[in-house]
Amino acid sequence: MASLNVNGKVHSFDAEPETPLLWVLREQIGLTGTKYGCGVAQCGACTVLIDGEPTRSCLRPVSTVQATQKVVTIEGLSANASHPLQKAWIALDVPQCGFCQSGMIMAAAALLTAKPAPTDADIDAAMTNICRCGTYNRVRAAIKAAAKGGDVKSAGLSIRHADGSTT
Amino acid sequence: MSANVSRRRFLGTSAATAGGLVVGFHIPFAGAAAMQGNVTPEINAWVVVKPDDTVVIRIARSEMGQGTLTGLAQLVAEELDCNWAKVTTEYPTPGENLARDRVWGNFSTGGSRGIRDSHEYVRKGGATARVMLVQAAADDWKVPASECTASESVITHAPSGRRTTYGKVAAAAGKVAPPKDVPLKNPKDWKIAGKRMARLDTADKVNGAQIYGMDLKLPGMLNAAIKACPVFGGKVASVDSDAAMKRNGVKRVVRVGDDAVAVVADTWWHAKTALDALSVEWDFGPNAKASTASFAEILKAGLDANDAVAGNSAGDVRAALASAPRRIEAVYSYPHQNHATMEVMNATARWTPERCEVWTPTQNGEAALAAVSEAAELPLSKCEVYKMLLGGGFGRRGATDWIRQAVVIARQFPGTPVKLLWTREEDMTHGRYHPVTHCKLTAGIDEKGTVTALHMRISGQSILAGVAPANIKDGKDPVVFQGLNPSGAEGTFGYAIPNLLIDHAMRNPHVPPGFWRGVNLNQNTVYLECFIDEVAHATGKDPLALRRALLANSPKQLAVLNAVADRVGWDKPARAGVHRGLAQTMGFGSYVAACAEVSVSDKGDLKIHRIVSATDSGHAVNPQQIEAQVEGSFSYGLSAALYGECTVKDGRIEQQNFDSYRVLRMDEMPAVETIVMPSGGFWGGVGEPTIAVAAPAVLNAIFAATGKRIRDLPLKNHSLAKA
Repeated sequence: MASLNVNGKVHSFDAEPETPLLWVLREQIGLTGTKYGCGVAQCGACTVLIDGEPTRSCLRPVSTVQATQKVVTIEGLSANASHPLQKAWIALDVPQCGFCQSGMIMAAAALLTAKPAPTDADIDAAMTNICRCGTYNRVRAAIKAAAKGGDVKSAGLSIRHADGSTT
Repeated sequence: MSANVSRRRFLGTSAATAGGLVVGFHIPFAGAAAMQGNVTPEINAWVVVKPDDTVVIRIARSEMGQGTLTGLAQLVAEELDCNWAKVTTEYPTPGENLARDRVWGNFSTGGSRGIRDSHEYVRKGGATARVMLVQAAADDWKVPASECTASESVITHAPSGRRTTYGKVAAAAGKVAPPKDVPLKNPKDWKIAGKRMARLDTADKVNGAQIYGMDLKLPGMLNAAIKACPVFGGKVASVDSDAAMKRNGVKRVVRVGDDAVAVVADTWWHAKTALDALSVEWDFGPNAKASTASFAEILKAGLDANDAVAGNSAGDVRAALASAPRRIEAVYSYPHQNHATMEVMNATARWTPERCEVWTPTQNGEAALAAVSEAAELPLSKCEVYKMLLGGGFGRRGATDWIRQAVVIARQFPGTPVKLLWTREEDMTHGRYHPVTHCKLTAGIDEKGTVTALHMRISGQSILAGVAPANIKDGKDPVVFQGLNPSGAEGTFGYAIPNLLIDHAMRNPHVPPGFWRGVNLNQNTVYLECFIDEVAHATGKDPLALRRALLANSPKQLAVLNAVADRVGWDKPARAGVHRGLAQTMGFGSYVAACAEVSVSDKGDLKIHRIVSATDSGHAVNPQQIEAQVEGSFSYGLSAALYGECTVKDGRIEQQNFDSYRVLRMDEMPAVETIVMPSGGFWGGVGEPTIAVAAPAVLNAIFAATGKRIRDLPLKNHSLAKA
């Protein structure tokens, strides 16, 4: 049995060493928020953080992830969706089908850690994830809002939320 | 939205098991009531009110990102006058719909029809429930219902000052006889519908909690990976399973129909890697030599063939063209494209000799149920489909091919659920592709430069010929003419041209076409709007002025076009180096226009800076979600215009994954400005129509920038560099 540190917990699992981290997360550890989209590190739906580095887990053999390294998935990004990006995502109604959004948010989280005030060019360079619904402009707006300390009104979307607030 | 992971047999029991009060309304559908053996807690088919005033709204259409779940709930909640903050939703199942004489109507979710086809009956569902709730309160108070008012789930009797809530009277309301004809609100009085409400399904999509079909896990579940013959129409000749069966976790190698092989294992990764180790000999069948080039020859011949069927005609186009002092002609074409939903095809099936259940993301629950019944060889009443949230649909998930496969596999493991998950490569090479067509356009121009005649000959694939041949009448597939029809919601040709002929020579290469977001409006609008641009330039007219002249009798088309021109400032030049292109169309019940602003470097690098668009969908149920749909449609349409092409060699699709089937990414997405301009009086769709104007607006802007007229897509096949 090998083990992984995922979202602050040590998980033992039983898989062949070449098994991609993605499938250990999904099938052994039971964290399905990280998605399979392409299997060839093109789409980014499988993005997780390994010691803070955004990593496409669909091609990463699990044996190359040390038990001491810290893996963070969308489920572990924050408690109660309290990460500034998650709050901005909700405020601006970013997801459509939502399938790519775990990977989008994890890639954005790594970007904001590296560059707390990213330019458009920074966002273009870091956010290479594929979204087929076409949420790109709201993704960009949400990253900028989160970077500006949660100033979601700057996006100008005027979305009415169930709690009566408008963003 | 509650996940349908382990649904009760009937929705009706949900409130009861959750501790809610059972509303004693005897539903007028003997089948359901008898099967359930007790009363149902709903007010009516659309509305359940729990004692804590939570309102559960039933949604028949499938949510795939387009926001129909929220929009339909807004319409019901508007008429119900309930507290929006306490609204939740759930899907009835196709089996329940069947058992209740299709009380929820059509489950099919395509053609941008979610709201435009069901707005009336879902609003009536909400209004009827409101009347019953108010009546229940009035009965309790022994006052006339006409003296009571309802707002935000609170019922008030002003003369006596009494108040109660929906949750408190729900039980009694269920016993009230439903009123027959309930008037619906005037949209100008809407408080929930028509407003920029946040979606109801966002929270679980930002923390990994949302369960898609791919994520489903059932006790004891096995996993399957599948490989079908790479050539459509081919078969499995033989399979050598020895190597695969020796691998960890593998349970069985299963032949699926005559054209596919699956490996079933404990985990999907085991199944997939064992599938890779499988040796399969294929009989590629009659299409093994077909190619994109051979398709093109077939379609090209159709451009001048005599077997075309007219979809729109006026005057005498042949005579007018023959006598025209000037003719302009151009030939366009449009390629096969894959939907490439982010979530690949998948279904989980559990089969026993008595019953078959399937969990799957589907755009058509009822068609899925029928497919399950056929593949399971069980009557419909012994089958059920649980609709999972879709990780993208775009038309692909209206088909049922993967569902049949899942049932066939599950039949080998009676009582054990088996999840079939395609690889991306399987998804890319076994799609239901955007139809290929070519189009020859010929315009007759008189001495004044006026367009007197237009012949538009379309040659190519018919979707209906493959999926619903019964709907082809006298050789005519009406869907081919989207946007080009003489009248109607499916696309009215807006230009006034006295001699007109739009006809179709059906040519069906073997690669199966399917409904692909925007469908035939996509290429038809490229053909027409780029050609109109060609005519404008050839006759020395401004592209906006020519369109305005030709749309003089089409006020709604003209209005969206003018809105775009005004917003972009068409009468003033764009900033240096930036060039503009226009397009307009009507389809899926709505009127749309767009103006693209692009620049092209000397080396040929294209930058799409901005697209300004306008949509008149008659009514606008959620403007912020319309904006999201328009932005998304441009992303989808620009992916198609820039990169979207599935080529065929040796009978099979060449593109295997996103490395060879490129799609638009963040750095290429233009700024989008969306004008939502509902003019009232009709209900149009918004998921699809604006896709169609993305490509032609950009292509016309590229012509303005470079003088290059691109007549076949995608753009990746062309150099825009200065010669």
